[in-house]
Amino acid sequence: MTIPHPAPETGPILGKLSMEALPLHEPILVVTFIGVVLGGIAVLGLITKYRLWGYLWKEWFTTVDHKRIGIMYMILGLIMFLRGFADAIMMRLQQAMAFGGSEGYLTPHHYDQVFTAHGVIMIFFVAMPFITGIMNYIVPLQIGARDVSFPFLNNFSFWMTTSGAVLTMISLFVGEYAQTGWLAYPPLSGIAYSPNVGVDYYIWGLQIAGVGTTLSGINLIVTILKLRAPGMGLMKMPVFTWTSLCSNILIVASFPILTATLVLLSLDRYVGTNFFTNDLGGSPMMYVNLIWIWGHPEVYILVLPLFGVFSEVTSTFSGKRLFGYTSMVYATVCITILSYIVWLHHFFTMGSGASVNSFFGITTMVISIPTGAKLFNWLFTMYRGRIRFELPMMWTVAFMLTFVIGGMTGVLLAVPPADFVLHNSLFLIAHFHNVIIGGVLFGLFAAINYWWPKAFGFKLDVFWGKISFWCWVVGFWVAFTPLYILGLMGVTRRMRVFDDPSLQIWFVIAGVGAAIIAAGIGAMLVQFAVSIWRRKELREESGDPWDGRTLEWATSSPPPDYNFAFTPVIHDLDAWYDMKKRGHQRPVDGYRDIHMPSNTGAGMILSGICLVMGFALVWHIWWLVAASFVAVIAAAIIHTFNYKRDFDIPAATVTAVEEARTRQLAAGA
Amino acid sequence: MPSNLPRFSARLRLLPLLAALPLLSGCGLIVLDPAGDIARQQGDLIVLSTVLMLLIIVPVMGLTIFFAWKYRASNKEATYKPDWDHSTQLELVIWSAPLLIIICLGAVTWVATHLLDPYRPLARTGPGQPVAAEVQPLDVQVVALDWKWLFIYPEQGVATVNELALPVNRPVRFRISSSSVMNSFYVPALAGQIYAMPGMETKLHGVFDKTGEYEGFSANYSGWGFSNMRFAVKSLPAGEFDKWVATTKASAEGDLSRNVYLELEKPTHKEPVRRFAASDPQLFDAVVNMCVEPGKMCMHDMMSVDAAGGAGIAGIGNVRQVTYDKFAARGTVDVARWSMRYVAAYCSAPVMSNDRPDAKPVAPEKLKGEGLPHPSKPERTALRAPAAAERPLS
Repeated sequence: MTIPHPAPETGPILGKLSMEALPLHEPILVVTFIGVVLGGIAVLGLITKYRLWGYLWKEWFTTVDHKRIGIMYMILGLIMFLRGFADAIMMRLQQAMAFGGSEGYLTPHHYDQVFTAHGVIMIFFVAMPFITGIMNYIVPLQIGARDVSFPFLNNFSFWMTTSGAVLTMISLFVGEYAQTGWLAYPPLSGIAYSPNVGVDYYIWGLQIAGVGTTLSGINLIVTILKLRAPGMGLMKMPVFTWTSLCSNILIVASFPILTATLVLLSLDRYVGTNFFTNDLGGSPMMYVNLIWIWGHPEVYILVLPLFGVFSEVTSTFSGKRLFGYTSMVYATVCITILSYIVWLHHFFTMGSGASVNSFFGITTMVISIPTGAKLFNWLFTMYRGRIRFELPMMWTVAFMLTFVIGGMTGVLLAVPPADFVLHNSLFLIAHFHNVIIGGVLFGLFAAINYWWPKAFGFKLDVFWGKISFWCWVVGFWVAFTPLYILGLMGVTRRMRVFDDPSLQIWFVIAGVGAAIIAAGIGAMLVQFAVSIWRRKELREESGDPWDGRTLEWATSSPPPDYNFAFTPVIHDLDAWYDMKKRGHQRPVDGYRDIHMPSNTGAGMILSGICLVMGFALVWHIWWLVAASFVAVIAAAIIHTFNYKRDFDIPAATVTAVEEARTRQLAAGA
Repeated sequence: MPSNLPRFSARLRLLPLLAALPLLSGCGLIVLDPAGDIARQQGDLIVLSTVLMLLIIVPVMGLTIFFAWKYRASNKEATYKPDWDHSTQLELVIWSAPLLIIICLGAVTWVATHLLDPYRPLARTGPGQPVAAEVQPLDVQVVALDWKWLFIYPEQGVATVNELALPVNRPVRFRISSSSVMNSFYVPALAGQIYAMPGMETKLHGVFDKTGEYEGFSANYSGWGFSNMRFAVKSLPAGEFDKWVATTKASAEGDLSRNVYLELEKPTHKEPVRRFAASDPQLFDAVVNMCVEPGKMCMHDMMSVDAAGGAGIAGIGNVRQVTYDKFAARGTVDVARWSMRYVAAYCSAPVMSNDRPDAKPVAPEKLKGEGLPHPSKPERTALRAPAAAERPLS
C-alpha cells in the first residue's frame, strides 16, 4: 500500500481523461460496473420491447405537471438512496472488519471516497429530491392550485438536480470521487492536497444540482404566495404548506452561499486564486464558516417540511384539529430565522473565544424551544383524539420517540465544553443520524404511506409496510446506539482501521443494525411491488381514504391533470374537513375550458448540455466546455422562441373526466 | 449556611453519576471517566446537561406512549373532542417548560464555556488542589504532520514523533499547529480537542491527575493516512518524566534541525515513535509562520511589510516566497537564486497575528456554584456586598 502519487497530465483533446481514469484495478468497482451495465441493458431493453420510449418522453420526461415531476423526484431519491445505503453498508463492513492489524477490504483511497459519497448523496441526492418531490406533489393540491407558478422551470429544476446526480454517479466508474468528507474542507480539498478530479466531481455535481434546488425553491415560494385558492389567508394555510414555505425561503436564502463558496473553491482549484489556500493570505477557516452558514439552514430545509407532514398526519389520524396551529406556525418561523445564527456550533473546536462559542451554543439551544413546542403540539393533538394507527401514524409516533433523543444529544453537543470532547466523534455521527433518520426519513416514510393513495389511486400494502416499519425502527437503534457508546469511548469518525480490539464488538453490533435496516429497505421495496401487483384489491375510489382534512383530499386519486375543475373557496383552516362538515356538494355541471401549460423537452435538453459541460470541466476538456457553454446559451435562446407554451383542456374533456368521477363516487357510495 | 449550596450541588452531581455507573464498569467510556481535571469536568458537564434535559425528555416520551395508548381508536371510553385545538394555559406551559430548561442550561453553558476555555491557564490540577503562583506550566509544541504528530519540548530540548509523555499533576500548555492540512489534536483522557491548522496557532491547557498509558489521535479527517495518526500518551510521575527526558536525549537520532524537519514533514504513515534533540527554539514559530524552508519569507514578515503599506510593484516578486502548499511549490525554491533577489526576511518580531492572549486562570468550582455567596444570605444584597478582597475566587 503506497501513498498515491498525484497530478495527472493534461492533454489538449481529452484533458486529464485517459484509460487510467477507469478503475480497472478495483475489483469491487469492476463487478459493480458489470452489474450496472447488465441492469441498464435489461431496463433499456424492456423499455424498447414494450415501446415505452415515446410514452416516457411525452408523458414524463417533458412533463410540466407538478404531480409527475414530484413522482420523478421521488424515483430519483429512491435510486440514489440505494446507492447511498450501499456506501453505508460498505463502511459498516469495513469498520467491523479492520481490527487487530487487519486492513479490512477497502484501501484508504476507496474508503475515503465511500464516506464522502455517502454524505453527499444522502443529503443532496436523496433527502433533497425526496422533500422537493413531496412538496412539488402536495403543495399545489393543498392550496387549491392547478400547477406551480412556473411549470417549465419546475421541469428544468428536476433535470438539473438529476444531472448533478448523474455526474456524481459517473465518478464511480470514470475517475474518482472526492476523498475529503462531505463538506470538502480546504486545504485538503484544495488543488495542492487533492490534485485529482475527485473534488471537481464534487464541485460540479453540487453546482449543477444547486441550480435546480434554488430555482425550485423560488418556484414553490411564488406558488405558495400567489396561487392560493380564494379565502386561504396565510393563517389558513395547511401546516405542511407553511413548513414548505419556510423551507423554500431557507433554500433561496442559503443555497446561493453554497454556490458562492464552491465558486471560490473552484477558482482556487482552476485558476490559482488563494481564497482558501494556506499561503498568500488564504483562509481555510473562511470556507468552514461559509459552508456552515449554508450547512446549518440546510438541516432545517430538510426537516421542516417533515414537521409539516407530522402535523398533517397527527391531526388526520387523531381525527382532531391540530392543537395550537398558531404557535406551530410561529415556531416554524422562529426556527427559520434562528437557523441562521447557529452555524459556528459545527466548529467550536476551531478556537474561537469563549464568548463567541457560548453565544452560538446558547442560540443553538434556543432553537430547541420552538422545536419542543412543536412536539408538545403534536402530543396535545393526540390528547383526546381517536387515534387510528395506520402506517403514517406509526411512523409519526416512532418519530416522536426517536427524535427527542436526537434533539437531546444535539443540545448536549451545543454545550461547547461537551463538544470539545465529543466533536467529530461517533457520538456526533449517531446524533445527526438520529435526527436525520428519525426526523427526515421517518417523516418521508409517513408521507409516502400517507399520500401514496392520492398519487396512484390505491393504498400501500399494510403487512409489508409494518415489517418495514419494525425493521427500520429496531435497526436504527441497533445500528446507532453502539455509535453513541463508541463516541463516549473517544472513537472518532472517518476511521478506516482500529487498534483497540475491545471496540470491535460495538462495530459488529452496528453492522447487524445496518443489516436490519437493509431488511427494512427490502421490505419497503416489496411493499411497493406487492401494492402495485395487488392494486385492484387496494383500490381507493373516494379520493379521501384517511378521512383527510386538507384540500388535496377533495379531488380524485390520482387527481386529474388540472387538479380541480373549479377552484375551491376556503372558509376554514382544515378546508376539506370544513367542506365535509358543512355538507359540501361536488359541482356536477357548468364546466369550462381549462388553461394549462404545454410539455416541453427544453428542460431535459438544457440540463443534458449542462451535464456535458460539468463533465468537461471536471476533466479539463476545454474545447468541450466552450462548445457546451455556447450550446446551453443557444438552446436557452431557442427555447424563448417556442410560442407553443400553453393550451386549453376543452370543456368537453373536463366534463367527461368529471362525469366519470361522479359515476365512480356513486359506485363507491 | 454558606456550605448549603455546594453540598446540595455535590449531591446533585452524584445522582447522575450513580445512574451512569453500570455503564462505566462495562466498557471504557474514557470521555466520562478520564484521567485529567479538565476532561473530567467536561465529562461531568455532559452528565449534568443530560440529566437537566431528561427532566423534560422523559415526561414527553412517557406522555407520547400514554396518549398513544389511551386515545387509540378502539378505546371508546376515552374522551373525544375533535374540535378542541387551543388552550392558553397549555400553550404557556409548552413554551415555558423548554424555555426554563434552556435558561438553566444556557447559564451553565456560559459559565462552563468560559471556565473551561482551552486558552485559559489552569488554576488547579484537581478539586481542592490549586496551582501555586510560581508553578509554570510545561510547554509542549504540537505539529500535526502528514500523517503523524510531532511534539517539541522547548524547556527540555527534546522532540518526539507519535509519543507524548507528560508529568502528572503539572499543568501543560500546548501550542498547536499543522504543516499541511487541518487536523484536530485530541487526547480524550486529558482534555477536549482543538483544531491544528496550518499557518495558525491554537492553544490548549490540560493536566493529568492519574498516571497511566493513554491514547491520542487526530479527530479531524486529514486525508489518506488519517486512520493511523495515533500517538501514545504517557502520564508519568515527576521523577519518571525526568528519566524519560534523559532517555529520549540519549536515544535521540539527531537534532531536529530545519532540514530534518522538512524531511520528517513529507507524507508518511504508520510512523514509529522517533526521538530527537531539539535545539532550535525558533522551529515552532517558523512552522506557524510557514517559513521552515530556507528562502521562504515568514508570514509575520509579510504581514509587517503589508502593515507598512506593502512594497508596491516590486513586492509582487515576494509572492514566490510565500507560496507554500507542498504539491504545488514545496522544494521548488532555488535558494541561491531567489533569496538574492527578493526580500526573504524582515526585521519584525515573530509574533503571531492571530494569537490571542490567554485568559486569566480561574478556579472552576464556580461552575457548580461552589464558593459563590449563598443567595439567601443578607450580604448578597447590593447595599451590603462584601468588599472585593473578601469575595472568594474572583
